[in-house]
Amino acid sequence: MLTKKSVVSIGDISNDDIFRVFERASSFKQKLSKGEKIKTMDGKIMATLFFEPSTRTRLSFESAMHRLGGGVISVSEPKSSSASKGETLADTIRMASSYSDIIAMRHPMEGAARLASEFSSVPVLNGGDGSGQHPTQTLLDLFTIWEKFKSLDDLNISMVGDLKYGRTVHSLLRALNRFDTTITLISPESLEMPDHILSTLDHPEKVTKGTDINPILEKTDVFYVTRIQKERFVDLNDYAKVIGSYSFDPETVSKMKKNAIIMHPLPRVDEISPDVDRDPRAFYFKQAENGVYVRMALIDMILGGA
Amino acid sequence: MTEEKTLKISKIEDGIVIDHIKAGSAMEVLSVLKITSRSGFTVSMLMNVRSSNGSLKDIVKIEKKILKKKELDLISMVSPDATINIVEKFAITEKFRVSLPENVEDLIKCQNQNCITNAKEPVKSVFKREKTGSRNNYRCQYCERTMSLEEIRNSIIK
Repeated sequence: MLTKKSVVSIGDISNDDIFRVFERASSFKQKLSKGEKIKTMDGKIMATLFFEPSTRTRLSFESAMHRLGGGVISVSEPKSSSASKGETLADTIRMASSYSDIIAMRHPMEGAARLASEFSSVPVLNGGDGSGQHPTQTLLDLFTIWEKFKSLDDLNISMVGDLKYGRTVHSLLRALNRFDTTITLISPESLEMPDHILSTLDHPEKVTKGTDINPILEKTDVFYVTRIQKERFVDLNDYAKVIGSYSFDPETVSKMKKNAIIMHPLPRVDEISPDVDRDPRAFYFKQAENGVYVRMALIDMILGGA
Repeated sequence: MTEEKTLKISKIEDGIVIDHIKAGSAMEVLSVLKITSRSGFTVSMLMNVRSSNGSLKDIVKIEKKILKKKELDLISMVSPDATINIVEKFAITEKFRVSLPENVEDLIKCQNQNCITNAKEPVKSVFKREKTGSRNNYRCQYCERTMSLEEIRNSIIK
């Protein structure tokens, strides 16, 4: 059960709880589509502490709390916060937890949310810590797959792009590996999935690595594409080569299964051509929308709303 | 063999004998125990001696020394096969092999420079052991990265 629990890593959520989140997210999605108002968090306050820039995660956390009838307090600019005056994260969190019922945070250092959960008197939701964990993104990714395929089993899933620094793929791989999925990791060698993630897997035999997307185009059900950042390359020519071979354009998409989907945690840059956006298999904007419903479900379950 | 040929170091009255230290690691053991020439302990050290099974080992004898749990953990990470002999009045009263601890708290520094435990926060590093085959790794309970025994050895030997 998630009642009063912090969610720092996907390991903090059981498979049963994952499906409970899905059911509640679906129910909220339906209610909102009918224009119903939800008031389960009436009188409750969420503090959002984002020590690193964020657009989608922060907006969807705040939107989720507002949609549940709760209030949000936040620091507008990390630079204007007490952290810039040298206050420890532990002290900032102690203070913020006395002002709120739940904290959503992002921090540039790995392990920051775990530390925060130890000093906070209220549950902490990790919205990303350095290149570490991003469990709420994972939940919305899983929800998007579950909504489409009605299951998280018997699927071929390919993760493509920067698998080394992209924290969303770290959490997602760990979660998917708990289900009966076949996973292919496609990345340039320099951006491979790190060993410290692979060593946490329950079923490493279900994961294979590759560098070329072509062999998997026709058999993949879910493509999870991540942004390859220019700054990871010393030589920009290398970047140009890599981005060319890992991008999705209408020609690439034409080779995919009719029922497959393309996901991306966004922002996308060159990995997916805007020409693909109207293809029914482009799921990245639906995925971003789902972020609100999933975070609503999570907040509601943690704070014990009816 | 005669006593003259085998006796290299005299017996100690009270203290510890750390035996079966990986050959060449005696200095590292002393280093993690923070024993220097100024510590005041009477220390004897044998390096690269032949053990009964024919392999090479190091031995360290420290008089009047009592080992704390943390020190045993450090020795196990530097030399996992070491054995500890506790000596009282020239007799061995207890003998055991060191064992790698399951949890390591406030003893090693996370090698991930971007781990929150390396920032100025009021928090101690915590690692948990993970065994894969014959390999032992320690996972940081904050950033969730792992350190191999070799990486830990390099980080604790100054």
